[in-house]
Amino acid sequence: MEKVVRKRRAVRPENGEDIITLDNVTKSYSTGAPALNGVTLHIRKGEFVFIVGDSGSGKSTLIKLLLRELVPSSGSITVMGHDLGRMRHRNIPKFRRKLGIVFQDFRLLKDRNVYENVAFAQRIIQKSTRDIRKNVPSVLATVGLAGKYKSKVSALSGGEQQRVAIARAMVNKPEILLADEPTGNLDPNNSWDIMKLMEQINANGTTVIVVTHNREIVNAMHKRVVTMKKGVVIYDEEEGEYHDEDE
Amino acid sequence: MRMSSFFYTLGQGFKNLRRNRWYTLASIATISACLFLFGMFYSIVSNFQHVVKTAEEGVSVTVFFKEGTTEDIILAAKALIEKRPEVNRVEYVSAEAAWESFKQDYLGEYADGFTENPLEDSANLQIYLRDVSMQPALVTYLESMNDVRTVNRSEVTASTLSGINSLVAYISIGIIAILLMVSIFLISNTVTIGISVRKEEISIMKYIGATDFFVRAPFVIEGILIGLIGSVIPLLIIYVIYTKAAVFLAERFSMLSSLLDILPVNTIFEALIPISVLIGVGIGFLGSVTTVRKHLHV
Repeated sequence: MEKVVRKRRAVRPENGEDIITLDNVTKSYSTGAPALNGVTLHIRKGEFVFIVGDSGSGKSTLIKLLLRELVPSSGSITVMGHDLGRMRHRNIPKFRRKLGIVFQDFRLLKDRNVYENVAFAQRIIQKSTRDIRKNVPSVLATVGLAGKYKSKVSALSGGEQQRVAIARAMVNKPEILLADEPTGNLDPNNSWDIMKLMEQINANGTTVIVVTHNREIVNAMHKRVVTMKKGVVIYDEEEGEYHDEDE
Repeated sequence: MRMSSFFYTLGQGFKNLRRNRWYTLASIATISACLFLFGMFYSIVSNFQHVVKTAEEGVSVTVFFKEGTTEDIILAAKALIEKRPEVNRVEYVSAEAAWESFKQDYLGEYADGFTENPLEDSANLQIYLRDVSMQPALVTYLESMNDVRTVNRSEVTASTLSGINSLVAYISIGIIAILLMVSIFLISNTVTIGISVRKEEISIMKYIGATDFFVRAPFVIEGILIGLIGSVIPLLIIYVIYTKAAVFLAERFSMLSSLLDILPVNTIFEALIPISVLIGVGIGFLGSVTTVRKHLHV
């Protein structure tokens, strides 16, 4: 029997407009129950939102939908004014340039140094060499890696590698930063450093969405928490906390 | 595309070659091997066809005319025959010339005993063909002409040469087709391995917002470079081998020089260079484009 959904409407930044809107979104794969089932969610510009839930709750599908890696089976998703269900393939790159993405496993280019990894993001959006030389050192300073720009990323600690990944995500000045388990491979100290960095990025106006399993961080940061279970949102709380699945 | 992006993409193509040097070497070796075989085969076939062509040009059909046919009529017939597409050239041999040639070849000093030309009615046309396989059709035409007494031809030589020529053509097409298919399969395989090694890089590029073109371009440049290098290496090797082989054959079989007329290396390479480079670059381009296309959907 499905648990009764308790939703407490989150209080959002005043006068903020929705930057992400999911309206009754369902995503089904060819077999099994839908990964997302009738999800409605509004995220406003400048918010910091945790998305939590156990494996199979639909978090990964939600991220893939927001990145337009998948399209919804029904319902609509609007991100920064783009209707993702109707977006043409050729418009996806331009849309993704307004998103920053950070993964649990960093996904850095191991054979290149810190500078090259961050510059890579600028090269891809075809920035001029002059802009790259100006922007990369600046973002590396923000994440505290200005002194290590020549280091091979394979020689860095996990925390430092995640900082490089954040620098790469931020160098193109995205409107939204999506972080999928950013502290999943890090020790508690490094995890806190990364979260402080995320908070700082949010304070500068970027909307931050963090998918995580880290109860301690979620409970300590008092941010909006969206809890998912079996493809539906079961809690959506301002200054929320981490709920166990059987709660 | 910005100039800096263009040079970046080009640079990435070169870097890809170095980053995956073993795969690159394997790809270059594969294309080189195929184009080497192709080049050797092309050189041999060209020379064989040259020999056959020379032999074909030596095959003639001789037309003799009825008694009393004037030289004017024979020359009019000559003009008609020359218009036929399969005819390379027609030589008029007058009765006097025929007798002179016969005397020289067979009689020598004994010819002095003849006071009149015994070959008075032997004025003839010697017809050399462009294409030996057309000989039967030409003979039928000649036999239907007015004033023609007899048509001499060498049926066996004609049909043998024309048979060898078609056989060589079919075998060449077959072997070249097989070699090309093998090359495309191997290149596609190598590019697939190269791309699977860099699958993560492609996926990162797509997440960051790279266009399909930007993702494809370095891999396509890499494929083209592999194809280009893979075509230049066998060309150099074949050039050296061909030059040495031509000298060796000319020295060793000097008595057969009229039959074994080896084509000059420049004649072979005039066609071989553009064909090889085009095939190499084409295979590299097709192999990389089709393979990258498969891995674009992130």
